[in-house]
Amino acid sequence: MDAILLQILNGLDKGSAYALIALGLTLIFGTLGVVNFAHGALFMIGAFCTVVVNGLLSLERVTLSETETNPWGEPLEIRVQYAELWFGDFGQLMVDYSVFWSLLFVIPAMLLIGIAMERGLIKHFYKRPHADQILVTFGLAIVLQEIIKQIFGANPIPQPAPDALRGAVDVGAALGLSPGSIIYPIWRLVYFLFAALIIGGVFAFLRFTTFGMVVRAGMADRETVGLLGIDIDKRFTAMFGIAAVVTGLAGAMYTPILSPNYHMGMDFLVLCFVVVVVGGMGSLPGAVAAGFLLGVLQSFASMTQVKALFFGFSIDQVIIYLVAVIILLTRPRGLMGRKGVMET
Amino acid sequence: MADFKTNRRSFIKGSGAVGAGLAAPTIFTKAHAFTNEPGPGSVVLGFNVPQSGPYADEGADELRAYELAVKHLNGGGDGGMLNTFSSKALDGTGILGRKVDYVTGDTQTKSDAARASARAMIEKDGAIMITGGSSSGVAIAVQSLCQDAGVIFMAGLTHSNDTTGKDKKANGFRHFFNAYMSGAALAPVLAERYGTDRKAYHLTADYTWGWTQEESIMAATEEKGWETVNAVRTPLAETDFSSYIAPVLNSDADVLVLNHYGANMVNSLTNAVQFGLREKMVNGKNFEIVVPLYSRLMARGAGQNVKGIFGSTNWHWSLQDQASQTFVSSFGREYGQPPSQAAHTCYVQTLLYADAVQRAGSFNPCAVAEALEDFEFDGLGNGKTLYRGADHQCFKDVLVVRGKENPESEFDLLEVVQVTPMEQVMYEPDHPMFAGGSLGQCNPGA
Repeated sequence: MDAILLQILNGLDKGSAYALIALGLTLIFGTLGVVNFAHGALFMIGAFCTVVVNGLLSLERVTLSETETNPWGEPLEIRVQYAELWFGDFGQLMVDYSVFWSLLFVIPAMLLIGIAMERGLIKHFYKRPHADQILVTFGLAIVLQEIIKQIFGANPIPQPAPDALRGAVDVGAALGLSPGSIIYPIWRLVYFLFAALIIGGVFAFLRFTTFGMVVRAGMADRETVGLLGIDIDKRFTAMFGIAAVVTGLAGAMYTPILSPNYHMGMDFLVLCFVVVVVGGMGSLPGAVAAGFLLGVLQSFASMTQVKALFFGFSIDQVIIYLVAVIILLTRPRGLMGRKGVMET
Repeated sequence: MADFKTNRRSFIKGSGAVGAGLAAPTIFTKAHAFTNEPGPGSVVLGFNVPQSGPYADEGADELRAYELAVKHLNGGGDGGMLNTFSSKALDGTGILGRKVDYVTGDTQTKSDAARASARAMIEKDGAIMITGGSSSGVAIAVQSLCQDAGVIFMAGLTHSNDTTGKDKKANGFRHFFNAYMSGAALAPVLAERYGTDRKAYHLTADYTWGWTQEESIMAATEEKGWETVNAVRTPLAETDFSSYIAPVLNSDADVLVLNHYGANMVNSLTNAVQFGLREKMVNGKNFEIVVPLYSRLMARGAGQNVKGIFGSTNWHWSLQDQASQTFVSSFGREYGQPPSQAAHTCYVQTLLYADAVQRAGSFNPCAVAEALEDFEFDGLGNGKTLYRGADHQCFKDVLVVRGKENPESEFDLLEVVQVTPMEQVMYEPDHPMFAGGSLGQCNPGA
């Protein structure tokens, strides 16, 4: 029972990352009709925004020692962080909480990157077939990840969670189970809550604001909204920016869980496309529901007992695709897909 | 306008003339005794390392080492470990009087790409020797290609038992240690520190290196009294190991062995620490984590999670012997950072190849192989070392290391806990973990 609860928690946690990325993908597909394979790269760039902020906050003053030398005989470098020099304990606290500070940088940076990506490249492919869009965005993703590798190297760069949120917490005791039965990392709980907040925020934005209402109307019938004199293209461009921000935030907050590396976007991208397809192309609730569903399924499939049911076969590596095949066979439009989307 | 008419007689005459013309250059040239026999001016070495893909940083460090080795062989710089090497055949005038040139290839950490780049270096650039690594799958694939092409392969970082076990080749040589040696060196230290009554849970990367690493460390720890509770294979492409770590919490295990390398190691270790495994008490003992193969470059990726965790390594820049210090000084002055174990083994392999050619007095792969077989040397950073003829594996001391609690610099991540003597990690060439293959015959190629 404890093991099952633990895997549900794990699945929800994985699922929240899938859901956030899939939400951004669906926002873009639903509004602009573009299949954006560069979306994983946005997740990765969001993560590297955190690396940049952490790097800036951790800038060091380097002085050369007059007495000591390093192993190859040159004067030893003595390094002290400027944040600590200038602000003392508060400076250290700033560095410690750099993940949260980075969110302030991620929002404008990703908004700009998203808008630049849409205006600079993707808008030229609106009227082209989906295959062209996939090729050009996939190419863009490769270019972006190579740039990041060139700047930051190929090895993962660790971004620890703040000290206070680094350990694990006894969820079992909190749920009234035997103490120590379910130990779960605090940061993963933080990530889950953060994802719920962002998902809730996006839905509220679309549901309760005039901007959101126009966007939803545009998603349903772009032509009619245009005939009403509304510049829907401008709003859709803004939605691309917002989708980039959502994905960037997902990447930034994920850094203490997965040390950022240039390839992390690609690792998530394929899974998230499966999530979008299973959820139903263009359906926001579908993307979120499918994200959590597939996250939980993937977690369960990696349990030894579940593998034993499949004669030891590594079911965890194929479960998502297997479920996708079954769902698409029984519900060709996905769980919550709308009629007419990607259908000619 | 001339009237050209083709009949059978003129066609045969014409074809004969063309054929003789095409054959002429090879009639008057000397047949080569072996593949890519170098001319009198220079000799080309092929450095096949991951320049893109997940191991690109390790590949870049390997390339630095190769370039430094070439510099030293050609008489440049401070000479590095040429000054400490027990064999004095090399004198800084290249190899057999020829200037050393090199070409590089990008393995991308993919077997097919690595074979393609090695083939291009041999066929297009005339490389007489191929060296490089960072993945056992890649090393085994390239080693087999070099055997067929008739050139020597000096393996870089490859740790699978299979490289000099079931997949060994007469033209292939490995200086780096292997999974068996890691197990044999680590197990006694683990038993001494953590006791003999332990229950281990293994997470293993699902490919050749992971399998042999799991088999080796499992056998070595079980011999010391440990019990293996479970061994789970994880996909190489996995990034989030939380769902594999969770069952460990509910098992009866009190040790987690991570048979992972590179990004796998960084992520699984980070996940394990986040799940509070290191603070956990099981069976009245502190829960422990072990990483059998450590890499400083990759330990950096795991940050402070490596603190206090035991593993093994082929070489470490903090070693105090004269050869290691000379190499660190040489490399540090050139590149502003200490060399990694991958860089060390690549540098050493280049010197060993050059020395073998020099001693053999020939670039013929079969003569070089003969000079390397059962060659005993010292002064290259690992103490007394034997290149065993039976399987082309180097035998030397193995370092047991631990993540340092209070690092003094960004490079100061591991501390050497014990230097395990060579005798303790020796095994017979027909040991079951290495059985199933044979060196075969040396192939000189053309």
